Amino acid sequence: MSEHTQSNHHILPLKVYLGIAGALFVLTIITVAVSFFHFGELNIIVALLIAATKGTLVALYFMHLKYDNKLYMTIFVLSLIFLAIFLGFTMLDTNFRGEIDVSEGPPIDQNAIIYEQQK
Amino acid sequence: MSVAQGVNYLNEDKSLKSWLFTLDHKRIGVMYLFGVMTMFLLGGIFAILIRLELLAPGPDLMTADTYNQMFTLHGAIMIFLFIIPAIPAALGNFVLPLMIGAKDVAFPRLNLASWYVYLLGAGFALFSMLAGAADTGWTFYTPYSTTTSTSVISMTMAAFILGFSSIFTGVNFIATIHKLRAPGMTWFKMPLMIWALYATAVIQILATPVLGITLVLLVLEKAFGIGIFDPAMGGDPVLFQHFFWFYSHPAVYIMVLPGMGIISELIATFSKKKIFGYKLIAYSSVAIALISFLVWGHHMFTSGQSELAAMVFSFLTFFVGIPSGVKMFNWLATMYKGRISFEAPMLWALSFMFLFAIGGFTGIMLGAISLDIHFHDTYFVVAHFHYVMMGGTVVAFFGGLHYWWPKIWGRMYNETLAKISVILVFIGFNMTFFTQFILGSQGMPRRYFNYLDQYQPLHAFSSYGSWVLGLGFIIMAFYLIHSLFRGKKAPDNPWGALTLEWQTSSPPSHHNFDEIPDLDHDPYDYDKLMVVDDKLIRKNGQSEKKETTVN
Repeated sequence: MSEHTQSNHHILPLKVYLGIAGALFVLTIITVAVSFFHFGELNIIVALLIAATKGTLVALYFMHLKYDNKLYMTIFVLSLIFLAIFLGFTMLDTNFRGEIDVSEGPPIDQNAIIYEQQK
Repeated sequence: MSVAQGVNYLNEDKSLKSWLFTLDHKRIGVMYLFGVMTMFLLGGIFAILIRLELLAPGPDLMTADTYNQMFTLHGAIMIFLFIIPAIPAALGNFVLPLMIGAKDVAFPRLNLASWYVYLLGAGFALFSMLAGAADTGWTFYTPYSTTTSTSVISMTMAAFILGFSSIFTGVNFIATIHKLRAPGMTWFKMPLMIWALYATAVIQILATPVLGITLVLLVLEKAFGIGIFDPAMGGDPVLFQHFFWFYSHPAVYIMVLPGMGIISELIATFSKKKIFGYKLIAYSSVAIALISFLVWGHHMFTSGQSELAAMVFSFLTFFVGIPSGVKMFNWLATMYKGRISFEAPMLWALSFMFLFAIGGFTGIMLGAISLDIHFHDTYFVVAHFHYVMMGGTVVAFFGGLHYWWPKIWGRMYNETLAKISVILVFIGFNMTFFTQFILGSQGMPRRYFNYLDQYQPLHAFSSYGSWVLGLGFIIMAFYLIHSLFRGKKAPDNPWGALTLEWQTSSPPSHHNFDEIPDLDHDPYDYDKLMVVDDKLIRKNGQSEKKETTVN
């Protein structure tokens, strides 16, 4: 629906559309290409960065976000940040799962019964 | 200009069709009210049955399986069908346009649609109950939810559908608050209830879709064996908890924020004093909404989440205490040296402050990892949750219901019975749930069907409390229903409040206001204005406006 209303306001030259389409095509090739490399924990980040770039291009040019009311752009960016929060915090868990922070200090009371029993 | 005498939104067309197809926010609010109250009754019956079963150890009333289904239904119904829609969709729908001086919400048809979607969701939930109710708890944790043979799919579909209802309401409220405020009502002249509803709507729109995604993923795994949460298929069960709590933690603020909005109105109105720290209360609502998205991992300290994530989430959790504390202290400061009157809505508000303080503090305790390791999955958590959700949100909801009751129905209720009811609820609530803090700290696990004999006295006391609580609500049902038919006619402004909804008739006409309200005062200008016989009077004795009322 928005396409119809927006196209009244702003018409992009064909070459921009083709350029973006080319860029998306190249990025798709890169997506496939990087899948052959292993970056360890960075795998997800690289994949997401490429996907986010593609999504942004589509939103900016094909969906005319770049030429529309800046409020919509703000909402779009905020939603990306919001997604980044969800993924980022979840990765704080999944990427560090099982890492135990061993804290060892001297006993508070050397004569405590528990330490005698251990001996 | 004025509407014919006595014609209002309730009596202008009494046909069933006029209700079912109404686009009037007030009627939709009233229909929501009936919906959520029915669900409250249903969830409440389950609660009483649970407590009855726990009166003594061992199976008494029901089997262990039935018990599991009971507490799941209690939780799911109370959360998804009562608390979440109770304040925004029922009370909020009614008062939001009135408070900002609008004729209706921005999208009346979407508003009606949200009610029908709510009904559809409720239908799915009821179907699930009849078709072997889910026994997973309201959280639907994997791997149990993907392996149990009970009707998890229909219950999750119910929650999924209800999510849309919630989103519709949120979209509507944001658009309404942005676009339909009366001339002169700037952002900082809005009543604080509106700020709270606005913050709530933001969370509804941002978080609810994630619940939808989560439940769809769950159904996909359960129905088609796609490995998302099952480690045997390359999934991660803790991932479900991340998804679930990313919605469900902000969701508890969907529940409590509008409650805080109500309390801001009640405290100011019944203290007859300008609210203390208006801007801070407004900002703190928004701050709570934002921080609520950064703390979900505190539900997962003992779920196998990484230590690093646990530390970060624990640290961030403490920040929620700041805006909540800001609100509490501002309400207290508002009451200080005010002309406080103790009508029933104010008693609900004071109950809220007492109970929410306990709920909040125990939340901080649970946010500390070292304590949580001990308290996790015990009755301590159950007690904390009920202090925040019931002592907070539900108590605020009933405070709001009593406060706006004269506006909604144009009739007063029996004040003495209302006071008895709130006092019984307060006592019964503390008997039921404070006991559970003690049970939990002694190690009684939550959701257990049976328990050791040593816990019996406290369990019994908690069950007795639930009867006192139930009695309070039965009395309330009695006098509120009585008020519907026989209640004394309410004046337009029975509490002497200054917000706009009190400057139209009780009940309001179809279009809320005969004229676009002329806003020449702040919502809490009790230092400058007073209400005498439904008319605003300047404190120096001059009439504020010649005609402030419709009739």
